[in-house]
Amino acid sequence: MKRRAWVRQIMGMPISIHLRGGNVDSPAVARGVEEAFDLLRQADRLFSTYLRASEVSRIRRGELDPGRADSLVQQVITLCHQAGELTDGAFTDQLPDADGVLRFDPTGLVKGWAAERAARRLADLSETSYCLNAGGDVVVGGSAIEADVGPGAPWRVGIEDPRDRSRIAEVVELGQGGVATSGTAARGAHLYDRATGTFVQRAGSVTVVGPSLMWADVWATALFVGPDSLSVLFSQVADGYRVISL
Amino acid sequence: MRRIVLAILSTITAVVLLLSYHTSTSSTFAGSPISQLPAAPGATSPAPSSKKSGPATSKSSLASYTGAAADTRWGPVQVKITVQGGKISASEAVQYPQNNGRDAQINGFALPILNQEVVAQQSASIDTVSGATVTSDGYLQSLQSAVDQAHL
Repeated sequence: MKRRAWVRQIMGMPISIHLRGGNVDSPAVARGVEEAFDLLRQADRLFSTYLRASEVSRIRRGELDPGRADSLVQQVITLCHQAGELTDGAFTDQLPDADGVLRFDPTGLVKGWAAERAARRLADLSETSYCLNAGGDVVVGGSAIEADVGPGAPWRVGIEDPRDRSRIAEVVELGQGGVATSGTAARGAHLYDRATGTFVQRAGSVTVVGPSLMWADVWATALFVGPDSLSVLFSQVADGYRVISL
Repeated sequence: MRRIVLAILSTITAVVLLLSYHTSTSSTFAGSPISQLPAAPGATSPAPSSKKSGPATSKSSLASYTGAAADTRWGPVQVKITVQGGKISASEAVQYPQNNGRDAQINGFALPILNQEVVAQQSASIDTVSGATVTSDGYLQSLQSAVDQAHL
């Protein structure tokens, strides 16, 4: 079984695409992979809070009315609202800027959303299974997964031990779906708790596994920053998702 | 050689989550050229991998591979890995920034962690790693280019 991987630095993070299948060396596959990366670059141009010219940056400066933004931006705004409602407010797209003022920042949702969108391009590749890792959030699937062996065998996703990043604490096998981890091990306190108005300092991490990477990511963030009682809500509404707290 | 390559690849995939081991001959990597740098003294040169799955003839051989220098925002970083008995026995940065406090942070933190990771995850048979968000870092690219060289 052939396996091949590609890595690009997009949205300020390393993004890798691994493919398994008989035709991973074909030009059609190479084209599909580049198109998947292009979808991520497009998302970066629209949603980056670092690029001054991005639509999100313009919304943050009050220069662009969200109602007149690109349809993809409007789609993400809607999803952010849904995520906030679903998680009882633990997920928020209003984050404090450098000046302490709350501003629109959909980054926490965009990463999973964009990775999943790029992965859909990979799912079109024939007789191939894919594993896309966007800075630690993983989405897997593909047309070969029916086979269950060879190129269709589940991907083994190691969950990093947040207290010792040189170790793998758990392994999740997954043929299709997403694995998202929220924690402070890599970037320090950057996850914002709207209820207390502070960035969360606690150690550990929360990993959520489920059908959609985007929703797994939303829940991982919400469960990491939110109150303990949120896990009750999670078990009630997040059908098909499971959580690994480390 | 094949077994060595697989051992390296599973290890590195486990460790740095993003590795690209192109089987093609023209691999470009995030736009950085991958140059064939000379291996360290005493190294055996990497042989082309084949489909053979026979016994590893170079089980006890010692080889090292030096990746191309990767430009990071803090300066160039270059990594060398040592392969012994089909496993990565060591990794070290042969070139890294050391100008300011930020650099010291990289050197004091990232490099030791990578060394541990490479060695600690030898036997992990995993395809990728989920963890707290990883940001772009030329160091990983450079290690990748070392792995690419091992795979050629």
